[in-house]
Amino acid sequence: MGALIEVRSLVKRFGAKIVLRQLNFSVEAGEFVALLGPNGAGKTTFLRILASLARPSMGEVWVAGFRLPQQAANVRRRLGVVSHQPLLYGDLSAEENLRFYGRMYAVKPLESRIDEVLELVGLAARRRDLVRTFSRGMQQRLAIGRAILHDPDVLLLDEPHTGLDQDACDMLDGVLRQIAAQGRTVVMTSHDLARVEDLASRFDVLTGGRITATQPAHGLARDGLLAFYRQALEAQRSLRGAVQ
Amino acid sequence: MSGLTPFLSAMGAVIWKDLRAEWRSREVISAMLVFALLVILIFNFALDLQPNVRAGISSGVLWVTLAFAGTLGLNRSMAVEKDRGCLDGLLLAPVDRAAIYLGKAFANLLFMLLVALIVLPVYGILYNTNLIIPGLLLVIFLGSEGYVAVGTLLASMAVQARTRDILLPILLFPVAVPVVVSAVKATGGFLAGLAWEEIQPWFTLLVVYDVIFTSVAFMVFDSVVEE
Repeated sequence: MGALIEVRSLVKRFGAKIVLRQLNFSVEAGEFVALLGPNGAGKTTFLRILASLARPSMGEVWVAGFRLPQQAANVRRRLGVVSHQPLLYGDLSAEENLRFYGRMYAVKPLESRIDEVLELVGLAARRRDLVRTFSRGMQQRLAIGRAILHDPDVLLLDEPHTGLDQDACDMLDGVLRQIAAQGRTVVMTSHDLARVEDLASRFDVLTGGRITATQPAHGLARDGLLAFYRQALEAQRSLRGAVQ
Repeated sequence: MSGLTPFLSAMGAVIWKDLRAEWRSREVISAMLVFALLVILIFNFALDLQPNVRAGISSGVLWVTLAFAGTLGLNRSMAVEKDRGCLDGLLLAPVDRAAIYLGKAFANLLFMLLVALIVLPVYGILYNTNLIIPGLLLVIFLGSEGYVAVGTLLASMAVQARTRDILLPILLFPVAVPVVVSAVKATGGFLAGLAWEEIQPWFTLLVVYDVIFTSVAFMVFDSVVEE
Protein backbone atom coordinates (compact mmCIF):
# COMPACT_ATOMS: atom_id res chain seq x y z
CA MET A 1 0.00 0.00 0.00
CA GLY A 2 1.98 3.07 -1.26
CA ALA A 3 -0.68 5.71 -0.65
CA LEU A 4 -1.57 6.98 2.81
CA ILE A 5 -5.27 6.74 1.97
CA GLU A 6 -6.49 4.16 -0.52
CA VAL A 7 -10.16 3.61 -1.31
CA ARG A 8 -11.33 1.03 -3.81
CA SER A 9 -14.86 0.51 -5.14
CA LEU A 10 -16.43 2.02 -2.04
CA VAL A 11 -20.20 1.76 -1.78
CA LYS A 12 -22.29 3.23 1.02
CA ARG A 13 -26.01 2.59 1.27
CA PHE A 14 -28.56 3.96 3.70
CA GLY A 15 -31.45 1.54 3.20
CA ALA A 16 -32.37 1.71 -0.48
CA LYS A 17 -30.50 4.98 -1.02
CA ILE A 18 -26.99 4.64 -2.45
CA VAL A 19 -24.82 7.59 -1.40
CA LEU A 20 -21.39 6.43 -2.60
CA ARG A 21 -21.11 4.36 -5.80
CA GLN A 22 -17.94 2.44 -6.55
CA LEU A 23 -15.82 5.35 -5.34
CA ASN A 24 -12.05 5.17 -5.90
CA PHE A 25 -9.71 7.59 -4.16
CA SER A 26 -6.06 7.76 -3.28
CA VAL A 27 -3.93 10.25 -1.36
CA GLU A 28 -0.15 10.28 -1.05
CA ALA A 29 1.62 11.39 2.11
CA GLY A 30 1.94 15.17 2.34
CA GLU A 31 -0.84 15.97 -0.13
CA PHE A 32 -3.52 18.56 0.66
CA VAL A 33 -6.60 17.33 -1.20
CA ALA A 34 -9.65 19.53 -1.57
CA LEU A 35 -12.71 17.37 -2.08
CA LEU A 36 -15.21 19.56 -3.88
CA GLY A 37 -18.83 18.86 -4.60
CA PRO A 38 -22.32 20.27 -4.29
CA ASN A 39 -24.45 19.77 -1.16
CA GLY A 40 -25.67 16.20 -0.89
CA ALA A 41 -22.88 14.77 -3.05
CA GLY A 42 -21.77 12.40 -0.29
CA LYS A 43 -18.69 14.29 0.94
CA THR A 44 -19.56 14.09 4.64
CA THR A 45 -20.51 10.41 4.38
CA PHE A 46 -17.20 9.70 2.66
CA LEU A 47 -15.23 11.54 5.32
CA ARG A 48 -17.15 9.76 8.10
CA ILE A 49 -16.13 6.43 6.56
CA LEU A 50 -12.49 7.54 6.36
CA ALA A 51 -12.76 8.64 10.00
CA SER A 52 -14.10 5.20 11.02
CA LEU A 53 -17.37 6.77 12.22
CA ALA A 54 -19.42 4.94 9.59
CA ARG A 55 -19.00 1.52 8.02
CA PRO A 56 -18.65 0.99 4.28
CA SER A 57 -21.40 -1.15 2.72
CA MET A 58 -18.90 -2.56 0.20
CA GLY A 59 -15.37 -1.92 -0.99
CA GLU A 60 -11.98 -1.46 0.59
CA VAL A 61 -10.77 1.46 2.69
CA TRP A 62 -7.16 1.67 3.85
CA VAL A 63 -5.75 4.50 5.96
CA ALA A 64 -2.08 4.62 6.95
CA GLY A 65 -1.76 0.95 6.01
CA PHE A 66 -4.68 -0.21 8.16
CA ARG A 67 -7.96 -1.49 6.83
CA LEU A 68 -11.32 -0.12 7.90
CA PRO A 69 -13.39 -1.05 9.76
CA GLN A 70 -11.35 -4.07 10.92
CA GLN A 71 -8.37 -2.07 12.22
CA ALA A 72 -10.30 1.04 13.25
CA ALA A 73 -8.42 1.63 16.51
CA ASN A 74 -5.10 1.82 14.64
CA VAL A 75 -6.59 4.21 12.11
CA ARG A 76 -8.09 6.46 14.81
CA ARG A 77 -4.69 6.87 16.41
CA ARG A 78 -3.38 8.34 13.13
CA LEU A 79 -6.34 10.56 12.30
CA GLY A 80 -7.42 14.05 13.27
CA VAL A 81 -10.94 15.11 12.37
CA VAL A 82 -12.56 18.53 12.17
CA SER A 83 -16.23 18.71 11.26
CA HIS A 84 -18.96 21.38 11.05
CA GLN A 85 -19.41 20.95 14.78
CA PRO A 86 -16.47 21.76 17.07
CA LEU A 87 -16.57 18.48 19.08
CA LEU A 88 -15.69 20.56 22.13
CA TYR A 89 -17.30 20.87 25.55
CA GLY A 90 -18.69 24.35 26.19
CA ASP A 91 -18.41 24.04 29.96
CA LEU A 92 -14.71 23.20 29.85
CA SER A 93 -11.97 25.73 29.16
CA ALA A 94 -9.80 25.54 26.05
CA GLU A 95 -6.96 23.82 27.90
CA GLU A 96 -9.33 21.47 29.75
CA ASN A 97 -10.82 20.36 26.43
CA LEU A 98 -7.33 19.65 25.10
CA ARG A 99 -6.34 17.93 28.34
CA PHE A 100 -9.37 15.66 28.08
CA TYR A 101 -8.70 14.69 24.47
CA GLY A 102 -4.99 14.39 25.23
CA ARG A 103 -5.77 11.79 27.88
CA MET A 104 -8.07 9.94 25.47
CA TYR A 105 -5.23 9.79 22.92
CA ALA A 106 -2.55 9.11 25.58
CA VAL A 107 -0.52 12.15 24.43
CA LYS A 108 2.82 12.47 26.23
CA PRO A 109 4.10 14.86 27.46
CA LEU A 110 0.62 16.36 27.51
CA GLU A 111 1.05 19.76 29.13
CA SER A 112 3.85 20.94 26.83
CA ARG A 113 1.91 19.68 23.80
CA ILE A 114 -1.18 21.64 24.95
CA ASP A 115 0.98 24.80 25.19
CA GLU A 116 2.36 24.16 21.70
CA VAL A 117 -1.04 23.60 20.12
CA LEU A 118 -2.70 26.59 21.80
CA GLU A 119 0.18 28.73 20.54
CA LEU A 120 -0.24 27.36 17.00
CA VAL A 121 -3.97 28.10 16.84
CA GLY A 122 -3.53 31.51 18.48
CA LEU A 123 -5.52 30.80 21.63
CA ALA A 124 -2.78 30.74 24.27
CA ALA A 125 -4.12 33.95 25.83
CA ARG A 126 -7.63 32.47 26.14
CA ARG A 127 -6.57 29.05 27.42
CA ARG A 128 -8.48 29.33 30.71
CA ASP A 129 -11.68 30.70 29.19
CA LEU A 130 -14.71 28.47 28.79
CA VAL A 131 -15.28 27.34 25.23
CA ARG A 132 -18.91 28.48 25.34
CA THR A 133 -17.64 32.08 25.57
CA PHE A 134 -15.64 31.66 22.34
CA SER A 135 -16.76 32.95 18.96
CA ARG A 136 -17.48 30.39 16.25
CA GLY A 137 -14.13 31.16 14.63
CA MET A 138 -12.21 30.64 17.87
CA GLN A 139 -14.06 27.38 18.49
CA GLN A 140 -13.12 26.17 15.03
CA ARG A 141 -9.45 27.06 15.61
CA LEU A 142 -9.55 25.16 18.89
CA ALA A 143 -11.23 22.27 17.07
CA ILE A 144 -8.22 22.15 14.75
CA GLY A 145 -5.96 22.22 17.82
CA ARG A 146 -7.90 19.26 19.21
CA ALA A 147 -7.55 17.41 15.92
CA ILE A 148 -3.76 17.84 15.70
CA LEU A 149 -3.07 17.40 19.43
CA HIS A 150 -1.94 13.78 19.03
CA ASP A 151 0.16 14.64 15.97
CA PRO A 152 -1.88 12.61 13.45
CA ASP A 153 -0.57 11.55 10.03
CA VAL A 154 -3.86 12.47 8.34
CA LEU A 155 -6.18 15.39 8.97
CA LEU A 156 -9.77 15.18 7.74
CA LEU A 157 -11.65 18.47 7.56
CA ASP A 158 -15.35 18.50 6.76
CA GLU A 159 -16.30 21.98 5.55
CA PRO A 160 -14.47 23.70 8.43
CA HIS A 161 -15.40 27.18 7.15
CA THR A 162 -19.12 26.62 7.68
CA GLY A 163 -20.68 29.45 9.67
CA LEU A 164 -17.50 31.57 9.86
CA ASP A 165 -17.29 35.22 8.83
CA GLN A 166 -14.55 36.46 6.48
CA ASP A 167 -12.08 37.37 9.26
CA ALA A 168 -12.56 34.02 10.99
CA CYS A 169 -12.13 32.22 7.64
CA ASP A 170 -8.87 34.08 7.02
CA MET A 171 -7.56 33.18 10.49
CA LEU A 172 -8.58 29.55 9.99
CA ASP A 173 -6.84 29.50 6.60
CA GLY A 174 -3.70 30.82 8.29
CA VAL A 175 -3.75 27.90 10.72
CA LEU A 176 -4.43 25.42 7.90
CA ARG A 177 -1.48 26.80 5.89
CA GLN A 178 0.81 26.27 8.88
CA ILE A 179 -0.45 22.71 9.22
CA ALA A 180 0.05 22.04 5.51
CA ALA A 181 3.58 23.49 5.76
CA GLN A 182 4.36 20.86 8.41
CA GLY A 183 3.92 18.24 5.67
CA ARG A 184 0.75 16.76 7.12
CA THR A 185 -1.65 14.95 4.81
CA VAL A 186 -4.96 16.78 4.63
CA VAL A 187 -8.30 15.95 3.02
CA MET A 188 -10.75 18.84 3.20
CA THR A 189 -14.27 18.89 1.83
CA SER A 190 -15.94 22.04 0.57
CA HIS A 191 -18.72 23.07 -1.75
CA ASP A 192 -17.05 26.45 -2.21
CA LEU A 193 -14.03 26.49 -4.50
CA ALA A 194 -12.99 29.97 -3.36
CA ARG A 195 -12.40 28.63 0.15
CA VAL A 196 -9.85 26.03 -0.84
CA GLU A 197 -8.16 27.33 -3.98
CA ASP A 198 -5.14 28.77 -2.12
CA LEU A 199 -4.74 25.84 0.24
CA ALA A 200 -4.94 22.59 -1.71
CA SER A 201 -2.31 20.81 -3.76
CA ARG A 202 -4.96 18.76 -5.54
CA PHE A 203 -8.66 19.14 -6.32
CA ASP A 204 -11.05 16.21 -6.58
CA VAL A 205 -14.69 16.60 -7.47
CA LEU A 206 -17.21 14.28 -5.84
CA THR A 207 -20.57 14.19 -7.56
CA GLY A 208 -23.21 11.50 -7.69
CA GLY A 209 -21.32 9.38 -5.19
CA ARG A 210 -18.12 9.15 -7.28
CA ILE A 211 -14.91 11.07 -7.84
CA THR A 212 -15.66 12.47 -11.27
CA ALA A 213 -12.62 14.70 -11.81
CA THR A 214 -9.13 15.20 -10.40
CA GLN A 215 -6.82 18.15 -10.98
CA PRO A 216 -3.44 18.95 -9.42
CA ALA A 217 -3.22 22.57 -8.28
CA HIS A 218 0.32 23.04 -9.55
CA GLY A 219 0.47 25.74 -12.20
CA LEU A 220 -3.29 26.09 -12.37
CA ALA A 221 -4.57 29.66 -12.50
CA ARG A 222 -7.79 30.65 -10.75
CA ASP A 223 -9.71 30.77 -14.04
CA GLY A 224 -8.49 27.32 -14.98
CA LEU A 225 -9.58 25.98 -11.62
CA LEU A 226 -13.03 27.49 -11.92
CA ALA A 227 -13.40 26.09 -15.42
CA PHE A 228 -12.33 22.64 -14.16
CA TYR A 229 -14.91 22.68 -11.35
CA ARG A 230 -17.70 23.96 -13.60
CA GLN A 231 -16.93 21.32 -16.24
CA ALA A 232 -17.00 18.56 -13.63
CA LEU A 233 -20.36 19.71 -12.27
CA GLU A 234 -21.75 20.21 -15.78
CA ALA A 235 -20.64 16.76 -16.89
CA GLN A 236 -22.43 15.26 -13.90
CA ARG A 237 -25.63 17.21 -14.63
CA SER A 238 -25.58 16.07 -18.27
CA LEU A 239 -25.03 12.48 -17.19
CA ARG A 240 -27.92 12.67 -14.73
CA GLY A 241 -30.13 14.22 -17.42
CA ALA A 242 -29.23 11.49 -19.89
CA VAL A 243 -30.03 8.77 -17.33
CA GLN A 244 -33.37 10.37 -16.47
CA MET B 1 -1.93 -4.95 32.74
CA SER B 2 -0.62 -2.93 29.76
CA GLY B 3 -4.13 -3.04 28.22
CA LEU B 4 -5.78 -2.11 31.50
CA THR B 5 -3.91 1.15 32.00
CA PRO B 6 -5.14 2.91 28.82
CA PHE B 7 -8.63 1.55 29.53
CA LEU B 8 -8.68 2.99 33.05
CA SER B 9 -7.04 6.20 31.89
CA ALA B 10 -9.73 6.74 29.22
CA MET B 11 -12.47 5.86 31.69
CA GLY B 12 -10.99 8.26 34.23
CA ALA B 13 -10.77 11.01 31.59
CA VAL B 14 -14.48 10.64 30.75
CA ILE B 15 -15.46 10.74 34.44
CA TRP B 16 -13.23 13.77 35.07
CA LYS B 17 -14.68 15.56 32.05
CA ASP B 18 -18.30 14.90 33.09
CA LEU B 19 -17.74 15.94 36.71
CA ARG B 20 -15.81 19.05 35.72
CA ALA B 21 -18.43 20.16 33.18
CA GLU B 22 -21.23 19.47 35.66
CA TRP B 23 -19.44 21.38 38.40
CA ARG B 24 -19.48 24.42 36.10
CA SER B 25 -22.97 24.14 34.64
CA ARG B 26 -24.86 22.23 37.36
CA GLU B 27 -27.24 21.44 34.54
CA VAL B 28 -27.85 17.75 35.19
CA ILE B 29 -27.87 17.75 39.00
CA SER B 30 -30.07 20.82 39.41
CA ALA B 31 -32.66 19.51 36.94
CA MET B 32 -32.71 16.09 38.65
CA LEU B 33 -32.85 17.58 42.13
CA VAL B 34 -35.63 20.09 41.51
CA PHE B 35 -37.64 17.42 39.75
CA ALA B 36 -37.11 14.87 42.54
CA LEU B 37 -38.06 17.31 45.30
CA LEU B 38 -41.18 18.40 43.42
CA VAL B 39 -42.28 14.79 42.90
CA ILE B 40 -41.82 14.03 46.60
CA LEU B 41 -43.78 17.13 47.57
CA ILE B 42 -46.59 16.35 45.13
CA PHE B 43 -46.87 12.79 46.41
CA ASN B 44 -46.80 14.10 49.97
CA PHE B 45 -49.83 16.31 49.41
CA ALA B 46 -51.61 14.08 46.92
CA LEU B 47 -51.40 11.03 49.17
CA ASP B 48 -52.66 12.57 52.37
CA LEU B 49 -52.66 9.26 54.14
CA GLN B 50 -52.60 7.84 57.62
CA PRO B 51 -49.03 7.21 58.88
CA ASN B 52 -49.45 3.42 58.80
CA VAL B 53 -50.75 3.45 55.19
CA ARG B 54 -48.09 5.91 54.17
CA ALA B 55 -45.34 3.56 55.43
CA GLY B 56 -46.63 0.89 53.06
CA ILE B 57 -46.26 2.95 49.92
CA SER B 58 -43.30 5.16 50.76
CA SER B 59 -40.71 2.83 49.22
CA GLY B 60 -42.63 2.98 45.93
CA VAL B 61 -42.76 6.78 46.08
CA LEU B 62 -39.02 6.93 46.73
CA TRP B 63 -38.14 4.74 43.76
CA VAL B 64 -40.57 6.40 41.37
CA THR B 65 -38.93 9.70 42.31
CA LEU B 66 -35.39 8.37 41.82
CA ALA B 67 -36.27 6.60 38.56
CA PHE B 68 -37.93 9.66 36.99
CA ALA B 69 -35.18 12.01 38.13
CA GLY B 70 -32.59 9.49 36.91
CA THR B 71 -34.17 9.41 33.44
CA LEU B 72 -33.96 13.18 33.28
CA GLY B 73 -30.27 13.08 34.17
CA LEU B 74 -29.46 10.27 31.71
CA ASN B 75 -31.13 12.14 28.87
CA ARG B 76 -29.28 15.36 29.64
CA SER B 77 -25.93 13.63 30.11
CA MET B 78 -26.05 12.11 26.61
CA ALA B 79 -27.63 15.20 25.02
CA VAL B 80 -24.55 17.19 26.06
CA GLU B 81 -22.43 14.74 24.05
CA LYS B 82 -24.68 14.89 21.00
CA ASP B 83 -25.43 18.59 20.77
CA ARG B 84 -21.91 19.78 19.94
CA GLY B 85 -20.92 16.60 18.14
CA CYS B 86 -18.85 15.52 21.15
CA LEU B 87 -20.09 11.95 20.85
CA ASP B 88 -18.17 11.76 17.56
CA GLY B 89 -15.16 13.19 19.39
CA LEU B 90 -15.39 10.39 21.94
CA LEU B 91 -15.89 7.71 19.29
CA LEU B 92 -12.89 8.97 17.30
CA ALA B 93 -10.55 8.34 20.23
CA PRO B 94 -8.42 5.20 19.88
CA VAL B 95 -9.71 3.65 23.09
CA ASP B 96 -11.88 0.68 23.94
CA ARG B 97 -15.42 2.06 23.67
CA ALA B 98 -16.39 0.10 26.77
CA ALA B 99 -14.18 2.55 28.69
CA ILE B 100 -16.32 5.41 27.37
CA TYR B 101 -19.46 3.57 28.45
CA LEU B 102 -18.14 2.84 31.94
CA GLY B 103 -16.92 6.42 32.34
CA LYS B 104 -20.32 7.84 31.39
CA ALA B 105 -22.17 5.28 33.54
CA PHE B 106 -19.96 5.98 36.57
CA ALA B 107 -20.49 9.75 36.27
CA ASN B 108 -24.26 9.23 35.88
CA LEU B 109 -24.26 6.99 38.96
CA LEU B 110 -22.48 9.68 40.98
CA PHE B 111 -25.09 12.24 39.88
CA MET B 112 -27.94 9.92 40.83
CA LEU B 113 -26.41 9.06 44.21
CA LEU B 114 -25.80 12.73 44.95
CA VAL B 115 -29.45 13.51 44.22
CA ALA B 116 -30.51 10.56 46.43
CA LEU B 117 -28.25 11.88 49.20
CA ILE B 118 -30.08 15.22 49.18
CA VAL B 119 -33.54 13.79 48.60
CA LEU B 120 -33.40 11.17 51.37
CA PRO B 121 -33.38 13.55 54.38
CA VAL B 122 -36.24 15.58 52.88
CA TYR B 123 -38.10 12.37 52.22
CA GLY B 124 -37.41 11.16 55.76
CA ILE B 125 -38.89 14.35 57.26
CA LEU B 126 -41.98 14.44 55.03
CA TYR B 127 -42.76 10.75 55.40
CA ASN B 128 -41.60 10.54 59.01
CA THR B 129 -39.30 7.62 58.21
CA ASN B 130 -35.82 6.78 59.41
CA LEU B 131 -33.73 6.16 56.30
CA ILE B 132 -30.31 5.87 57.89
CA ILE B 133 -30.23 2.08 57.69
CA PRO B 134 -27.03 0.61 56.18
CA GLY B 135 -28.98 -2.11 54.32
CA LEU B 136 -31.32 0.47 52.83
CA LEU B 137 -28.44 2.68 51.70
CA LEU B 138 -26.90 -0.37 49.99
CA VAL B 139 -30.22 -1.04 48.21
CA ILE B 140 -30.28 2.56 46.98
CA PHE B 141 -26.73 2.15 45.68
CA LEU B 142 -27.48 -1.16 43.94
CA GLY B 143 -30.81 0.03 42.54
CA SER B 144 -29.22 3.21 41.19
CA GLU B 145 -26.33 1.20 39.69
CA GLY B 146 -28.66 -1.15 37.82
CA TYR B 147 -30.85 1.69 36.60
CA VAL B 148 -27.89 3.76 35.42
CA ALA B 149 -26.12 0.76 33.81
CA VAL B 150 -28.98 0.02 31.46
CA GLY B 151 -30.05 3.69 31.26
CA THR B 152 -26.66 4.90 30.00
CA LEU B 153 -26.71 2.28 27.24
CA LEU B 154 -30.26 3.11 26.17
CA ALA B 155 -29.62 6.86 26.41
CA SER B 156 -26.72 6.47 23.98
CA MET B 157 -29.16 4.77 21.57
CA ALA B 158 -31.99 7.25 22.12
CA VAL B 159 -29.76 10.29 21.72
CA GLN B 160 -29.34 9.50 18.01
CA ALA B 161 -33.08 9.97 17.48
CA ARG B 162 -34.95 13.24 17.02
CA THR B 163 -37.46 12.16 19.66
CA ARG B 164 -34.79 11.27 22.24
CA ASP B 165 -36.61 12.88 25.21
CA ILE B 166 -39.64 10.65 24.69
CA LEU B 167 -37.74 7.63 23.45
CA LEU B 168 -35.56 7.06 26.52
CA PRO B 169 -38.37 6.46 29.06
CA ILE B 170 -40.20 4.27 26.53
CA LEU B 171 -37.10 2.12 26.11
CA LEU B 172 -35.87 2.26 29.68
CA PHE B 173 -38.91 1.73 31.89
CA PRO B 174 -39.87 -1.76 30.61
CA VAL B 175 -36.26 -2.96 30.80
CA ALA B 176 -35.76 -1.49 34.26
CA VAL B 177 -38.88 -3.10 35.76
CA PRO B 178 -36.91 -5.88 37.54
CA VAL B 179 -34.51 -3.43 39.19
CA VAL B 180 -37.26 -1.02 40.27
CA VAL B 181 -39.51 -3.80 41.61
CA SER B 182 -36.72 -5.51 43.53
CA ALA B 183 -35.44 -2.18 44.86
CA VAL B 184 -38.96 -1.18 46.00
CA LYS B 185 -39.49 -4.53 47.71
CA ALA B 186 -36.08 -4.53 49.40
CA THR B 187 -36.51 -0.88 50.48
CA GLY B 188 -39.99 -1.67 51.83
CA GLY B 189 -38.57 -4.61 53.73
CA PHE B 190 -35.89 -2.50 55.41
CA LEU B 191 -38.36 0.29 56.25
CA ALA B 192 -40.82 -2.21 57.75
CA GLY B 193 -38.02 -3.81 59.76
CA LEU B 194 -38.48 -7.25 58.21
CA ALA B 195 -36.01 -10.05 58.88
CA TRP B 196 -33.05 -10.40 56.45
CA GLU B 197 -34.41 -13.76 55.23
CA GLU B 198 -37.49 -12.00 53.85
CA ILE B 199 -35.53 -9.23 52.16
CA GLN B 200 -32.77 -11.45 50.80
CA PRO B 201 -34.56 -12.73 47.63
CA TRP B 202 -35.19 -9.15 46.41
CA PHE B 203 -31.69 -8.13 47.38
CA THR B 204 -30.24 -11.08 45.43
CA LEU B 205 -32.38 -10.25 42.40
CA LEU B 206 -31.05 -6.70 42.53
CA VAL B 207 -27.44 -7.90 42.60
CA VAL B 208 -28.05 -10.38 39.75
CA TYR B 209 -29.75 -7.69 37.67
CA ASP B 210 -26.83 -5.32 38.25
CA VAL B 211 -24.24 -7.90 37.22
CA ILE B 212 -26.11 -9.06 34.11
CA PHE B 213 -27.13 -5.67 32.78
CA THR B 214 -23.81 -3.98 33.50
CA SER B 215 -22.00 -6.83 31.70
CA VAL B 216 -24.38 -6.81 28.71
CA ALA B 217 -24.24 -3.01 28.37
CA PHE B 218 -20.43 -3.14 28.65
CA MET B 219 -20.28 -5.66 25.82
CA VAL B 220 -22.80 -4.15 23.38
CA PHE B 221 -22.06 -0.42 23.77
CA ASP B 222 -19.65 -0.48 20.81
CA SER B 223 -22.35 -1.91 18.48
CA VAL B 224 -25.01 0.49 19.80
CA VAL B 225 -23.02 3.63 19.02
CA GLU B 226 -21.74 2.38 15.66
CA GLU B 227 -23.42 4.12 12.70
